[in-house]
Amino acid sequence: MNDMTPPTREERVEKLKGLGCSRKRVEDVRFTHGKGNYVDDIKLPGMLHGDFVRSPYAHARVKSIDASAALALKGVVAVLTAKDLEPLNLHWMPTLAGDKQMVLADGKVLFQGQEVAFVLAEDRYIAADAAELVEVEYEELPVVTDPFKALEPDAVELREDLHGQDSGVHGKRRHHNHIFLWEAGHKEATEQAISSAEVVAEEMVYYHRTHPCPLETCGSVASMDKVNGKLTVYGTFQAPHVVRTVASLLSGIEEHNIRVVSPDIGGGFGNKVGVYPGYVCSIVASIVTGRPVKWVEDRMENLMATAFARDYWMKGRISATKDGRITGLSCHVTADHGAFDACADPTKFPAGFFHIMTGSYDIPVAHVGVDGVYTNKAPGGVAYRCSFRVTEAAYFIERMIEVLAIELGMDAAELRAKNFIRKEQFPYHSALGWEYDSGDYHTAWEKALKAVDYEGLRREQAERVEAFRRGETRKLLGIGLTHFTEIVGAGPVKNCDILGMGMFDSCEIRIHPTGSAIARLGTISQGQGHATTFAQILASEIGLSADSITIEEGDTDTAPYGLGTYGSRSTPVAGAATAMAGRKIRAKAQMIAAYLLEVHDGDLEWDVDRFVVKGAPERFKTMKEIAYAAYNQAIPGVEPGLEAVSYYDPPNMTYPFGAYVCVMEIDVDTGTHEIRQFYALDDCGTRINPMIIEGQVHGGLTEALAIAMGQEIAYDEIGNVKTGTLMDFFLPTAWETPNYTTDFTETPSPHHPIGAKGVGESPNVGGVPAFSNAVHDAFRAFGLRQVHMPHDQWRIWKTAHDLGLHG
Amino acid sequence: MIPASFEYHRPTNLEAALATLKEFGDDARVLAGGHSLIPMMKLRMAAVEHLVDLQAIADLKGIAIDGGTVRIGAMTTQHELIAHQGLAQAAPIIREAALQIADPQVRYMGTVGGNVANGDPGNDMPGLMQCLDATYTLAGPDGTREVKARAFYEAAYMTAREDDEILTAIGFEATGGGWAYEKQKRKIGDYATAAAAVILQKDGGVCSGASIAMTNLADTPVWAAEAGEALVGTACEPDAVGRAVEAMLARIEPTEDNRGPVEFKRHVAGVILRRAIERAWSRA
Repeated sequence: MNDMTPPTREERVEKLKGLGCSRKRVEDVRFTHGKGNYVDDIKLPGMLHGDFVRSPYAHARVKSIDASAALALKGVVAVLTAKDLEPLNLHWMPTLAGDKQMVLADGKVLFQGQEVAFVLAEDRYIAADAAELVEVEYEELPVVTDPFKALEPDAVELREDLHGQDSGVHGKRRHHNHIFLWEAGHKEATEQAISSAEVVAEEMVYYHRTHPCPLETCGSVASMDKVNGKLTVYGTFQAPHVVRTVASLLSGIEEHNIRVVSPDIGGGFGNKVGVYPGYVCSIVASIVTGRPVKWVEDRMENLMATAFARDYWMKGRISATKDGRITGLSCHVTADHGAFDACADPTKFPAGFFHIMTGSYDIPVAHVGVDGVYTNKAPGGVAYRCSFRVTEAAYFIERMIEVLAIELGMDAAELRAKNFIRKEQFPYHSALGWEYDSGDYHTAWEKALKAVDYEGLRREQAERVEAFRRGETRKLLGIGLTHFTEIVGAGPVKNCDILGMGMFDSCEIRIHPTGSAIARLGTISQGQGHATTFAQILASEIGLSADSITIEEGDTDTAPYGLGTYGSRSTPVAGAATAMAGRKIRAKAQMIAAYLLEVHDGDLEWDVDRFVVKGAPERFKTMKEIAYAAYNQAIPGVEPGLEAVSYYDPPNMTYPFGAYVCVMEIDVDTGTHEIRQFYALDDCGTRINPMIIEGQVHGGLTEALAIAMGQEIAYDEIGNVKTGTLMDFFLPTAWETPNYTTDFTETPSPHHPIGAKGVGESPNVGGVPAFSNAVHDAFRAFGLRQVHMPHDQWRIWKTAHDLGLHG
Repeated sequence: MIPASFEYHRPTNLEAALATLKEFGDDARVLAGGHSLIPMMKLRMAAVEHLVDLQAIADLKGIAIDGGTVRIGAMTTQHELIAHQGLAQAAPIIREAALQIADPQVRYMGTVGGNVANGDPGNDMPGLMQCLDATYTLAGPDGTREVKARAFYEAAYMTAREDDEILTAIGFEATGGGWAYEKQKRKIGDYATAAAAVILQKDGGVCSGASIAMTNLADTPVWAAEAGEALVGTACEPDAVGRAVEAMLARIEPTEDNRGPVEFKRHVAGVILRRAIERAWSRA
């Protein structure tokens, strides 16, 4: 009978839904039913609500705070100011970058929207009313929003708390608004290469300030149980374990008495890595009152006060031979960090991994220097859907390549291909000290150019330029090219840590007697689909169906310690830990199977979902049978149970790469654009779930579109945020989003257990230069070299205008 | 984003709504679709102690077409304007404009009365109603009166409506001829960088009537009689269109904002108007 036919090997593989399966996201059932559980869904008995009084000024002295009218309002419990936090030494807090930040204004405010007082009330409405009743007297001070002006000798001193300190955690400070100078590479050799070069291109490339703007804003619910001494904190945390450790160090509560839970998170994109005053205030308020305290910011607060991204002024020089062989690259960055240095980077890297700026190219010598500067803007500098400062680096090199192509009078695709690191050069040691693990750039590039018919596009563009000059059209055609190389998966503990915590990650697996499992990880999904993909990794390792594996993250009482999810590190690090823990399970399973089959364990081989006696395929034990035996049989020399834990310290980063082409129509009279085609080839090594990869690429490209074409945090000259609502801060809808064509090559990472590299951030890293290069390219025939993003309508119009295209 | 405390009123007839307005005077505001007032209240830029919601007043809803005369109840939503077949025949420019307002969610809630009565220079319907030469019906404690859309707008958020009056209906004559509503915006949900409403009549290859208004280029909508006059008697050839554009540009007074500087807005206004005239003429 057919029913009795054992499944074929292919059928067994398919049933696992393991690596390579476009398995539907298991998370989506609850999300599409509105059954997600976010921080703002958490309601605890007796819970109080907090709201902030925020500074309307970008720089001012706080003369007095009068909370009497607020306290007189029925339902107001307390109004906290810096004076109340000072006895606890919590009026300031350490930042992830080794600086410190005011929790509540201590004598002065340094950016618009800064937290001044925390109002605690019986409900959210009363809290908002009371916040309006707190009277704060300010004395305005001169405002500095330009990092270059901040470094002028007579610039006002912003951080009086650092007065007289001529060095910080990252070395010497040469000015009272200077934070650090960080350098990499060989300065003299680079200067020598550039000064003796046949061709040099020089340009200032600005990557403007923007914001990750996750749909769910930041928030927390803190609950101090004064009876058992245990503090529970629910919050929008991309790194819950780190939050627990920091909370313990700050509060003095022993770490075992703190439980941090990240429930469902509605997007993070780096915005939820840092520690915010709201978290601290909700915790302190709960400790003081003994009641749970909720704080959830609104959209304007999120855009104005929580971590921004980018704001890098990158002055570059690139040199080459006449025939287009790159000989050197130099960059000096003026980095606007805002009022406090709260960048979320590995502690030893104050400019993140910006020194990946040699990109996909074999550049013999390079140098980079980054000056961090204080200004009257919100703190932050997070990696918005990218590894640490990698999108800035990718944008820089991909713009410099274009500028060099103009200088050389050469096709930009040809210039790239001429300088790519060749396949046989991997592992490749870059001039700035990285070891690229694997890559095959030429193959990807050729595939991309062929897919879009690059030569045909260039012919069409040339015809369009002629038609434009004849007055037959007012639309130009831009072809935006990018070949990016990322560096993700931080990272090796020997050089990557956050506040001393090595950046390993972890997975703990328990196999249940009936052959299903739960795995817990030190990471936390914010929409990436970990519950789906990590189960797939495990399914392929241990031979149980992904449908029978629960993935759990985000509760520090149950999950093993990990450094969290950002910088595309989950798959490279926690994914590796998952595979390694799975292999430990399989090793023990092999011993159990050997006992059950009465053979030596060396006589067994693994086959999809079972151990088979070599040469006797009819003699096997499935993982399901082995799991049952692990709990119900006394096996000599083998402990009962089937569990494993792995902490994975990656030997290297991973280096995903990709080739993107954007074809854009630009109306020179209105500054509007239309994206006619976007082709994205990604190589993220081994592909775990192609459907999720495609979704990640679509999402990342759309955020890249936003950044390149309009999204910014803009300030006026007195430090007012001009883009504090979604009316002015560009968040694309389906209407503005073009169709994307995705493609791939697959070059596994040689050092990762399953060869995976990470993909969530690639499309943002590669997408921004692709969109921006398309705008630039449209105007190349009319003499454009460089204009700054975002390329919104009036700026594109101005470019056309300045080039004389309006007659 | 939490408004200050307010009292909520939901009258079921116009008389009750007017009585509530009279009782609370300056402290009361009527609520139509809520897409301007509620955000302002949440931002605490508008403090309203008594909010008078008009949703339950059935008489304020609906579209009536009687011969060549169109009458639209103030509480008719943008979605209802789009869906109404008779209106699409009588004044197709309304459907074209309404489809360019925000997104479907907003259009299910936003009303034509709220849009025209608020006096927000960014709203699309005021300019459109001036183009249509519409008449607004205002009900007050002493009965009703009618005001021309072209005489209604005084300054940003300042209109001919008294505080104790409610705008109840909009009336105009069916248009005929060619039409176009052309709008440039940064994204879905945005107000216009520049928008133009154009209606042209054509008689024997010659323009016999023209009405032109623009939106969000001054603190009120701009209907320019001289822009229309520049087209009448011509075949809307490029020179004539150029004169119409020049006449309109002489009337607008855009200001700089995040959409761009004045120079850009003036340029775009000209481009948008030119395109609107060309499209309307092609349909005339």
